[in-house]
Amino acid sequence: MENNLVLRVVGKLLIPFILLFALYVQFHGDFGPGGGFQAGVIFATGIVFYALIFGLERARQAVPDRLVETMLASGVLIYAGVGVAGMLLGGNYLDYFVLDKNPVIGQHRGIFWVEVGVATTVSGVMLKIFYMFASRSVAGNAHEDPED
Amino acid sequence: MSIAAHLPALQVVVPLLAAPLVVLLRHGGVAFAVVTAAAWAAFATAIGLWLQLGQLDAGGVISYHIGSWPPPWGIEYRVDRLTSFVLLLVSGMAAVVLPYSRVSVLREIPRELHYLYYSMFALCLTGLLGITITGDAFNIFVFLEISSLSSYVLIALGRDRRALTAAFQYLIMGSIGATFIVIGIGFLYLLTGTLNLADMAIRLREVESYRPVLVALAFLTVGISLKLALFPLHQWLPNAYTYAPSAVTAFLAATATKVSVYVLIRFYYTVFGESLVFQKLPLPQIMLWLSLMAMFGASFVAIFKNNLKRLFAYSSVGQIGYITLGLSFDSVNGLTASIVHLFNHGIAKGAIFLLIGGIVASMTTRDAVPPAPTFDRLAGLAKRMPLTCFGIVLAGLSLIGVPGTAGFVTKWYLILAAMERGQWWLVGAIVLSSLLAVAYVWRFVEVAYFHAAPAGSQKNEAPLSMLIPAWLLVIATLWFGLDTSFTVGTAMDAAQELVKIGR
Repeated sequence: MENNLVLRVVGKLLIPFILLFALYVQFHGDFGPGGGFQAGVIFATGIVFYALIFGLERARQAVPDRLVETMLASGVLIYAGVGVAGMLLGGNYLDYFVLDKNPVIGQHRGIFWVEVGVATTVSGVMLKIFYMFASRSVAGNAHEDPED
Repeated sequence: MSIAAHLPALQVVVPLLAAPLVVLLRHGGVAFAVVTAAAWAAFATAIGLWLQLGQLDAGGVISYHIGSWPPPWGIEYRVDRLTSFVLLLVSGMAAVVLPYSRVSVLREIPRELHYLYYSMFALCLTGLLGITITGDAFNIFVFLEISSLSSYVLIALGRDRRALTAAFQYLIMGSIGATFIVIGIGFLYLLTGTLNLADMAIRLREVESYRPVLVALAFLTVGISLKLALFPLHQWLPNAYTYAPSAVTAFLAATATKVSVYVLIRFYYTVFGESLVFQKLPLPQIMLWLSLMAMFGASFVAIFKNNLKRLFAYSSVGQIGYITLGLSFDSVNGLTASIVHLFNHGIAKGAIFLLIGGIVASMTTRDAVPPAPTFDRLAGLAKRMPLTCFGIVLAGLSLIGVPGTAGFVTKWYLILAAMERGQWWLVGAIVLSSLLAVAYVWRFVEVAYFHAAPAGSQKNEAPLSMLIPAWLLVIATLWFGLDTSFTVGTAMDAAQELVKIGR
């Protein structure tokens, strides 16, 4: 679709806003609809959109496989890490009250980081799935197994 | 707070942290070290919980409030005798299988996937431990999904291309099972307005006569039965066990179905209560006949299988029949037999699959598809791999239930429970079904010991790192056949607690 001028122009124009909107959904999640999962999906769609217009190779240059894998692992670590932090600060596992002197701010802080973890993993997983399916159709035709 | 107070959370969190960590590190050897350390830490935690529980009065529970939200609002981790027993089994099996994995995985799984294998193993362990320890119905479902999804991946990692179809089949059946379970939990939530199992049990008493309770019971029974491979719902199991990598087969055979049985016991006795499940419904009858069909049907099919892994997979279905048979008696002795057999069958079948893994590894050349351990390839194996064969025979004796092995202890309590109810024909059936086990174990003995080895074959024993974990389990089957204070003692305590709650 690289030759399609309309798509390229609109894509270039829209992708930054899609990513920005993901961040809005992420950080405004406490006050309105949204949260880590939705933000992660929207962020991933921005990259998928880029891949659809400019090709998988260029998307992989922008967001390499290695980064995607790191994202999906580190999100879980962030989430579990918040839980362990609660434990180290004298509460139970996933206790947000102890994350700050003021328990309300502590709750806020805990949820904030948990949502960061969720968004990171979700966008990582979405991209990983997309990359795997997208690269499969190309590779699958190139060297088909004789058994099939 | 000290570490001791956090043991219930650490039980799940340590393997959970290990899984993403090894994905970040991206190195097979490091992943092996990290996940093995995590599994040993989990085993140590389970022992710690066991000791803590020993200091409490009989019937005492350890309760841990996640996020410091008190139950029934927050998620509670709840450890009683039965929980602790199953935690020991699951984490102990992981601690034994992981060191074994190292060599086995090098031969059976492509090198670039090693770190993912260990990551999935850690996730599967997390899920199984989580299902066991949590006291929250929805949390059970979430952990069930974690363990199931990771086990599909683990099975699909087998080099044999049929592993993919086996994993897909298991995925479909497992997802149907999980859906049924979550529908059942949904009904219960609708009726009681709570997800905490202990709280649910109390509130359920008020609405017991409503029909949706039965619907919930039916959905949960079918869903969990799919997961534990109760006889007509076992179709996914033989393929999954046959084509999965050896270490995965051993771990799943010893733990996954056992944890599902645990969930069934938990819902039947703790939530629904014994009187509802066993006295007002024909459930004991249904369970009895399905168990008998498993004991005879699956064991009979096992006799005719030519692939050793498939043979023992069908044997697993048969052995699960003994576990559910114990449940159907609805007595302390019957329940004791079920709980003990979780453990006894777990270690015996774990040992057998680990040893078969040794056989497969010895036949595999590097980076090739491992050949199936069919009987024609095993002729005269005892000459080539004496220790491996002897181990399989000893663990096989436990499957038969020969006195002096762990399997005998189970059958003893099953027979006691049958006699208690005056069902003498069942005593005969239990003994008769053991003869089928004799037949399929004998097939291996005949081929391995009495058939001539192919000319020019040399002694080719499995490496020590595979033999030692497997033999640890073989020795355990003998040990727990002679000294039953730990297994039967715990199971008896747990059964009494459960029956008391259930009334």
